[in-house]
Amino acid sequence: MDILAQLVVSGIAVGGVYALIALGFVLIYKATSIINFATGEFMMIGAYFFYTFMVMVGLPPIPSFLLVMVCAAMLGLFIERAILRHMLGQPTISIVMVTIGLSSILMGLAEMIWSTDFKSFPPLFPRAPIIIGDIIIRSNLFWGFVLAMIAVICFALLFKYAKVGVAMRATAGDQMAAFSMGINVRTMFTVAWSLGAIAAALGGVIIGNIGGIQPTLGHIGLKIFPVVILGGLDSIAGAVVGGFIVGLVENIAGGYLDPYVGGGVKDLAPFVVLVLILLVKPYGLFGKEDIERL
Amino acid sequence: MDPEPILSMEDISLSFGGLAVLSDISFEVNPGEIFAIIGPNGAGKTSILNCIGGFYKPSAGRIRFEGKDITRTSPDRRAARGLARTFQNIALFRGMTVLDNIKLGAHAHLKTGLLSALAYWGPAHREEMALRNRVEQEVIDFLEIEAIRKQSVGSLAYGLQKRVELARALAMQPKVLLMDEPVAGMNAEETEDMARFVLDIQEERDITVVLIEHDMNVIMDISDRVMVVNFGQKIAEGTPQEVQSHPEVIKAYLGQKRD
Repeated sequence: MDILAQLVVSGIAVGGVYALIALGFVLIYKATSIINFATGEFMMIGAYFFYTFMVMVGLPPIPSFLLVMVCAAMLGLFIERAILRHMLGQPTISIVMVTIGLSSILMGLAEMIWSTDFKSFPPLFPRAPIIIGDIIIRSNLFWGFVLAMIAVICFALLFKYAKVGVAMRATAGDQMAAFSMGINVRTMFTVAWSLGAIAAALGGVIIGNIGGIQPTLGHIGLKIFPVVILGGLDSIAGAVVGGFIVGLVENIAGGYLDPYVGGGVKDLAPFVVLVLILLVKPYGLFGKEDIERL
Repeated sequence: MDPEPILSMEDISLSFGGLAVLSDISFEVNPGEIFAIIGPNGAGKTSILNCIGGFYKPSAGRIRFEGKDITRTSPDRRAARGLARTFQNIALFRGMTVLDNIKLGAHAHLKTGLLSALAYWGPAHREEMALRNRVEQEVIDFLEIEAIRKQSVGSLAYGLQKRVELARALAMQPKVLLMDEPVAGMNAEETEDMARFVLDIQEERDITVVLIEHDMNVIMDISDRVMVVNFGQKIAEGTPQEVQSHPEVIKAYLGQKRD
C-alpha cells in the first residue's frame, strides 16, 4: 500500500509536467490544426536556453526563467513566420514532414551549439526531499510539478478569459468566421506558435532540472503523443487529464512490473493504454469528433 | 442627386483555375438600402459575398467601401472597417455560449492592446465590462435572445442559431451587413421573424444590408433593389417588381418565357 501511494504521488507529479508539455502541443494544434512533431525539441531547446542564461551567462534563476520564455516565444514566432506560414494550404502530410524535419534540425543545432555532453543545472531548490506522511518526493520533482501546474493554470486562464485567448479559440473554431469578426487569423497562428513554444520550453526547463539535459532530451516528447492523443488533440483539459493518466500509468506499471521483466515497462505502458482507449474512443477522451486532418 | 454608394463592385471577375466564376460584375449599393442578390444555384452569389468579405481575390476589378478601394485589404481589416457577415452554413463558435459568441462580434471594437489584454484585469477588464453591457442592452434585447444568452450555441434550435449569428454580426456595429441566405432552412414563423429583424436593422439601426436569398417572397417583401446573376454574370438589376417581370430573369428561373 505504501508503494502504491508512493507510485501514485510521483506519477501525478510527473504527469503534471507532461501536461504542460502537452499543452505546448495542444495550443498549436488547436489554433492551426498543425501537429507539431518538434514539440519535444522545443522542450530541449528551452532547457538549453535556461542552461545558457544560468550557467554560461551566470544570471539568477528567475531572470533566466523569464528570458527562456522570451526566447521560446521568439523561436515559435520565427518558425511560424519563416517556415510554416509558407506552408498554408499545403497537404497536412507535407506540413507534418516539415515539423519532423524541424525536430532534426533543432537537435542538430543543439549538438553544434552546446555539444552532446550531458549537462545539468546548479541546484534551484533546496535539496531535501519533500515528505508527506510516508511518501517521499524528490524536491526537484515536487517543485517542478508546482511550477508546471502554475504554468498550466496561467495558460488555461489566458485561453478562457484574455482577449487574445478568446480570439485564438475563435480561430480554432472557424477561421472564416474569425476573419469576419475582425480577428487577424494569421497573427493568431503566430501567437499560438509562440505560446506553444513557451509551454514546451518551460516543460523542458523542469524536465532538465530533474534529469539533466542532452540534445536527445526531446525524445521525451514521444511520451507526449499518448498524452495528447488520450486527451484529444484540441483539448486543454484533455492535455491535463492525459498528462496525469500517462504519469500514473508509467509509474504504477513500472513500479510493479519492472522487477519481473527486467525494466522497460515504464516506456511501454502508456502506449498500451493509448491503444486501448483509442479502440473505445477514437477521438480521445475529450477531443471533438470531427478531427480528421491526419 | 444620387447618394455616394457605400459599397460598390466595378467589373469584378473571379476564376478558379480555368473556371470563370464571376465575369465583369458591377453594382452599387446605396447607404441604408436592402440590396438583394438572387440567382439559381451555382450562379456565383456566395462568391460575390466572399469577394466583398475579402476571402476570394478577384482576378480583375475593384471593390470600394465608403469610397475607398478595399480590393487588396485583408478580411479582418475589412471587418474592422464595418463589414459584417453571416454565413449560409451557420459559422458560430461551437462550445462557446451565446454571449461569448456575441462578445466576439465586438472584438474588432476593443481598443485595448495585446499586452494589457494579456493581463486580463485592469483596463481590459473594465473595457470588457462596458462592452458586455452595451452588447447586452443593444443586440440581445433587439433580437429577443435574452433567455438563451448563457446557453451553449450547439444546443440551440437552427432558427435560434441563425439569430445568434445575426446578433454576433450586429455586435460588430457594422455599416454594411452581408447576409448569406438568412432564412434558408427556416420554417414559416422563423422566416417571418428574420424578415422583420432585417427590416428593423435597416430602419432602426441604419445599417445597409446586402443579402443573398432563395426565398422569393422574402426578397420581394423586404428588398429595395435586386440584382440577378446567372452563370457568374449579372443579368438584371432593379426594384423587385422590375426584376420579377424581366424576361432574362424568368428565363433563368423557369427556363422559358411565361405567357
